[in-house]
Amino acid sequence: MKSYATLLAAGTVALGVSALGIQGAALAATPKDTVVIAYAIDDIISLDPGESFEFSGSEAITNMYQRLIAYDPKDVTRLYGQLAETWYVGGDGKTYTFKLRKGVKFHSGNVLTAADAAYSLQRAVILNKSPGFILTQFGFNKDNVKQRIRAVDDSTLVVETAEAVAPTFFYYCMTAVVGGVVDSKEAMKHEKAGDFGNGWLKSEASAGTGPYKLVNWKPKDSFTMIRHEDHWSGDKAKTRRVVVRHIAEPAAQRLLLEKGDIDFARNLGKDDLAAVARNKDIKIQQARKGAVLYISFSQKNPNLAKPEVREALKYLIDYDAIEKNIVQGTYVVHQNFLPQGFLGAISDRPYKLDVAKAKDLLTKAGLPNGFNVTMDTRNNSPTTEIAQAIQGTFAQAGVKLEIIPGDGRQTLTKYRARNHDIYIGRWGPDYQDPHTNAETFAMNEDNGDDAKSKTLAWRNSWNIPQMTAQIKAAVREVDPKKRVAIYEAAQREFLKTSPFAIMFQQIETVAHRANVDGFEMGPSFEDNVYYGIVKK
Amino acid sequence: MATRLVLTVLVTFLGLLLVTFFIGRVVPTDPVLAAVGDRAPAAVYERVRMELGLHLPLWQQFWIYVQKVVQGDFGTAVLTGKPVLSDIRRVFPATLELATVATLLGLIIGVPMGVFAAVHQNKWIDHVIRVLALFGHSVPVFWLGLVGLLILYAWLGVVAGPGRLDVGYFDVVDTVTGVILVDSVLAGEWEVFGNAFSHIILPAAILGYFSLAYIARMTRSFMLEQLRQEYITTARVKGMAESRVIWRHAFGNILVPLITVIALTYANLLEGSVLTETVFAWPGLGSYLTDALLAADMNAVLGATIIVGTIFIGINLLSDVLYRLVDPRAK
Repeated sequence: MKSYATLLAAGTVALGVSALGIQGAALAATPKDTVVIAYAIDDIISLDPGESFEFSGSEAITNMYQRLIAYDPKDVTRLYGQLAETWYVGGDGKTYTFKLRKGVKFHSGNVLTAADAAYSLQRAVILNKSPGFILTQFGFNKDNVKQRIRAVDDSTLVVETAEAVAPTFFYYCMTAVVGGVVDSKEAMKHEKAGDFGNGWLKSEASAGTGPYKLVNWKPKDSFTMIRHEDHWSGDKAKTRRVVVRHIAEPAAQRLLLEKGDIDFARNLGKDDLAAVARNKDIKIQQARKGAVLYISFSQKNPNLAKPEVREALKYLIDYDAIEKNIVQGTYVVHQNFLPQGFLGAISDRPYKLDVAKAKDLLTKAGLPNGFNVTMDTRNNSPTTEIAQAIQGTFAQAGVKLEIIPGDGRQTLTKYRARNHDIYIGRWGPDYQDPHTNAETFAMNEDNGDDAKSKTLAWRNSWNIPQMTAQIKAAVREVDPKKRVAIYEAAQREFLKTSPFAIMFQQIETVAHRANVDGFEMGPSFEDNVYYGIVKK
Repeated sequence: MATRLVLTVLVTFLGLLLVTFFIGRVVPTDPVLAAVGDRAPAAVYERVRMELGLHLPLWQQFWIYVQKVVQGDFGTAVLTGKPVLSDIRRVFPATLELATVATLLGLIIGVPMGVFAAVHQNKWIDHVIRVLALFGHSVPVFWLGLVGLLILYAWLGVVAGPGRLDVGYFDVVDTVTGVILVDSVLAGEWEVFGNAFSHIILPAAILGYFSLAYIARMTRSFMLEQLRQEYITTARVKGMAESRVIWRHAFGNILVPLITVIALTYANLLEGSVLTETVFAWPGLGSYLTDALLAADMNAVLGATIIVGTIFIGINLLSDVLYRLVDPRAK
């Protein structure tokens, strides 16, 4: 017995000593030449610009690939050339010409030519992965794309759309991640079974001209990037290496940030943010994002189909209380389908909690005692808390809301099949042009079950031929001022009549160590760039 | 005998696959959404649905899957875009490392604790051990993990934080087994070993505490049963040393059931522990399987199920072998 106990004691002591002995190694701060970002990156499916369509994937790609043109995150109406020096649209309104910069080098050292730009757009159209529609909506398909997108010489790219559209619409689409220019020689070298190098680019390497190149991506673990030393601008990234670690738990992110084991925490909740804001070693940085939170009412439900009921429910949400108590620092009240920062966005806020008005409207609709209704709710935070707050205020006018909780993909599957009453959801724009949200919220070309285009308006069975025509006109309007006027009018009509109560616009809040600065955040995750990050 | 064993294993696997496959197909989640996201246009959605073979009847989908598995093709995981086998090769060593260290801790501390408690039945030490074991069995691992991090990492700074390594040690040693503790020793990188150890010790200790609680409780009750037997009284009457009575006679006789307990504990840990993995940002099998299940990513779910099934069957076989070694009657 004694010998066993001695052995046990010795073992325990050895374990303790070794644990203490390695604490020096364990508690090293992040290396000086490396920026460490904690972020929930488990949404990444691909790091190929022709395929990626997720938030954190898009952010990673932005730092590795550049587009022909981009917009200024501080003033999105200002477009500037990234890889293109000049660009213009021809008199027919369909032919766009881009003149490329000279002396731009890819991560491989290959020199950029217009052939690379043509190849990149062609492959995105032919692969036709999730973001492919951003390009194919201009009439490109696998049969015509090689004629319509072509390199005229080493530095000139010509793109011909099928019909004339608002040039701003086309340009904004070209600023999307899917417009990222790929090194054609490298991609072709790694092509397998006609995949344009997709298998290689999606997870193994980067082939862009951006300030960083991919070292490795371990799904649900981390991705690491290293500086592209030969960047064409001469102004290479300030920090040599960026490591983004997947840390899903906000409390763990907070502890790591407070200890200095990470430089940025990207997913802190309201309470964590309030706590770290008091820490002098930590700073908070915010940017408005394009995503909106909304609830929508299926028009298949006879009660919800009544215009007075739709309006009443919009008066039964306590927008300000939810912002203050549930989503402070992560969302702000916003009631229109175009988020602030978008061309044509308006800031009208006609709705606030007004139970008396809601009761009047319900009485007019023949429902003075309210009614019973269900809401499919994703079981995550803050969706559940917001749903519970809405449940409480709906009840004040007799509307008994039953919350049906479910996993995100389960509720989404139900919503897409139009089997819901009310749905609470989040929508992020696909590209920076107003058409992206206008199309999904305010267009429904065919309300039939087998419709080709299944927009959010369709999912809620909202039949709106007139508004659909209005939005279609906006996308063809060449005069930017007239285009803005159409969107403004459409939003005001939408606010009043639609089966959507848009509630909030997302704010991205990042906490970082005070000795680290220069992280640029824009209205989209595609605008979050690392190249200016410096560590003092 | 061997043929029968192989047949049993095959039938077990087929049943396991069949149940997992059909459960996966009847959950109300659309697997195409995991592949293309919510915003993909209808044409892309439809094409991917066909590529995934979801337009075919269920039995046909299953048949195609089994045929591929037999050829060693587990398909591609929708959630990572990588072959399921390469995903499992990446996540399983992380779980194996954590589970092994946790089980060793549970074993080294839990067994003697159980023996002590039994020998000192109803004395204060027994009560303390029983309360500790009960606590270990009833406290949520998520909470304990966060409290552990707060005290040992944030306040005292005696262990490292979440993750398997500090960033400074990323990609220093080549991946051979995927178990960083082993790979760093193979590469002679002791600093990396130290860092990996400082990262694993807390999550392993917390998981180990839960195994310890179970192992200690079971050891105690096995020992109590043995200590009441007449042969123990006889040995004591004969004047045999108490340590010999306990460790050689009583303990020797509980080895067979104890091996079963330990094997099952180890097998359970090898399935991965979602909550511990989440708190400690540990990229293991548990969170991989859970994410795959929630997204109805069936290739990943089935691949991981086969691994878990193999572990259970393997550990069962191993404990059979151990029985024979420790119990002469089983030979």
